[in-house]
Amino acid sequence: MRPAISGSAPATPTFSTSRFRAEREADWIAFDALLTRLEKRGAKALSSEELLQLPLLYRATLSSLSIARATSLDKALLDHLEALSIRGYFLIYGVRQSRLDRAKRFFLHDWPAAVQSVWKETLIIVLILLLGTLTSWSLVTHNPEWYYNFIPEELAGGRDPRASAEFLQGTLGHGRAAGEQEGALHMFATYLFTHNSQVSIMSFALGFAFGIPTLMLEYYQGISLGAMIAIFTSKGLGFDFGGWLFIHGTTELFAAALSGAAGLRIGAAVVFPGARGRLQAAADAGRTAGKVMVGVIIMLLVAGLLEGFGRQLITETLLRYGIGTLMLLFWLGYYYLPRQETDS
Amino acid sequence: MTTAAVHARAQALRKSKVRQFVTPEGVDLELRIASAGLRLGALVIDISLIQLILLGFTLLMIWALGASQSSIAISIWMLGAFVLRTFWFIGFELGQRAATPGKRLVGIRVVARDGGRLTADAVVARNLIRELEIFLPLTFIGFSAAEEMVNWWTMLAGFVWSLTLSLFLLFNRDRMRMGDLIAGTWVVMAERVKLDRDIAAAAEAAAAALTFSDAELSVYGIFELQELERVIRAADARAMREVADTIRAKIGRPVAEEDDVFLLSYYRQLKARLERKLLFGKRREDKYASD
Repeated sequence: MRPAISGSAPATPTFSTSRFRAEREADWIAFDALLTRLEKRGAKALSSEELLQLPLLYRATLSSLSIARATSLDKALLDHLEALSIRGYFLIYGVRQSRLDRAKRFFLHDWPAAVQSVWKETLIIVLILLLGTLTSWSLVTHNPEWYYNFIPEELAGGRDPRASAEFLQGTLGHGRAAGEQEGALHMFATYLFTHNSQVSIMSFALGFAFGIPTLMLEYYQGISLGAMIAIFTSKGLGFDFGGWLFIHGTTELFAAALSGAAGLRIGAAVVFPGARGRLQAAADAGRTAGKVMVGVIIMLLVAGLLEGFGRQLITETLLRYGIGTLMLLFWLGYYYLPRQETDS
Repeated sequence: MTTAAVHARAQALRKSKVRQFVTPEGVDLELRIASAGLRLGALVIDISLIQLILLGFTLLMIWALGASQSSIAISIWMLGAFVLRTFWFIGFELGQRAATPGKRLVGIRVVARDGGRLTADAVVARNLIRELEIFLPLTFIGFSAAEEMVNWWTMLAGFVWSLTLSLFLLFNRDRMRMGDLIAGTWVVMAERVKLDRDIAAAAEAAAAALTFSDAELSVYGIFELQELERVIRAADARAMREVADTIRAKIGRPVAEEDDVFLLSYYRQLKARLERKLLFGKRREDKYASD
């Protein structure tokens, strides 16, 4: 056996971790520098030569880590190599698409596909909404006193069974009797958008508790809707109220139903995981639901614009129906029309 | 409990936080799950940052409102606050480092549990659930403050129920939030570690004179070696004196040289001895293990 470099300890083997480090340190430093630039400024910051270097340096670092684990006891060295390898792994295997590509793919494929795949849940939520609406509608129609149980006084804003037909007509915004200032429309729209988004996010998030709170929330939404409809139909304003509701309601209620469906999907996956493990099932459902939720927020933005601007500026009932129907057809077509399967 | 048992428990605890994560090259990266304390720290930092930015933004909008006399500033404020609150976490976690500023500061990041890449939908799902985890308990507190005493117990029950959702991560081994569970993600340690100098190589020249016998070196294992390394790197004179005295007492040497020279040469020779054994396939974890 050859004596060690310094020769002080007689039995030191020829392999020395100090020498191992001296030989390879340059690679690690170079890799570290490349990663730092990549993290700060993205792939554009590297020349093509450096990009080619990247996987080589990554593999060299990983192999250093393996050797160091088997031979070295220098904690600082091991920790550094481990941290460097982890950073390198996630950068090299992490991103395969640019943000623009990802966005394009989301709108063209992922979003409609995700919505399509929760069609069963959507149907259930729509039925629950309808059930809630019908329940409160029939109750209030037969006995207006019920109304006060469903809609709190302060939210009704005077739109209750005692109100006159003229007053109700006024709240529908014909001839701007609603007292809405034109300048404040965008404020109104923004408020509606942020508020509705928050409610939808909640309705989605609550799906975790086996979907039951989600169902309750949706049923409750239906209840208030039905009570409102009953008030207006009893005064013979059903058609006008329909237009008032329809212009943004098709988009907004659709979005609300989808957020409920996303929540329900998660709840169902937790209760009935099927052949997969419960964790795996929840994770799969969560990813689909996440895509649906991004879509829901976009839809609510559209609904907020329609409600804040469209409804206040367009007072013709038929036109309101027209726009509402058009939006509904657009969403239905976007989501459910069969389309060519794009690869990847 | 004996020190050995305490020590063994600490070791087991450290082990239980490590997750196997094998790269396509076949190397196990041994990711460590981030502790609940770190997660909370990151959250607090993030929320403080959001509040600070919101404050600045609010002042700016108030100024804009005063200057332009147009209520559009209020709309921009509402929209900005919403975007900030909802997309702060999502936006940052979609970036290269998959971590918000708070997470970066404490050195943790989000990864996909299955080892694949972290997708946008997973990030969205885990962060929308956050709304529920943070705001549901707050809502219950708000309610109970507003309601009469009659409802107090209902509110308390609701609050406790919502807390079990929020504190879900304390009840599982992998420290997963509800959102992590749904999105199929983990939060793991991702600190940057600077490559410190090689103290063994530096000691070679200085400490050639001092040699220890095999018996003197055989009292410690890898754990003690690495603790010794930590003390030497920290270079705190008092700690070094204490450690040097302990070692001297243990191996029965008189105080004959400077503490740092003694520690460095002892470290170097202990390391050489243990690494040599390692090459022969014998890993002595600590002083309680057989030599």
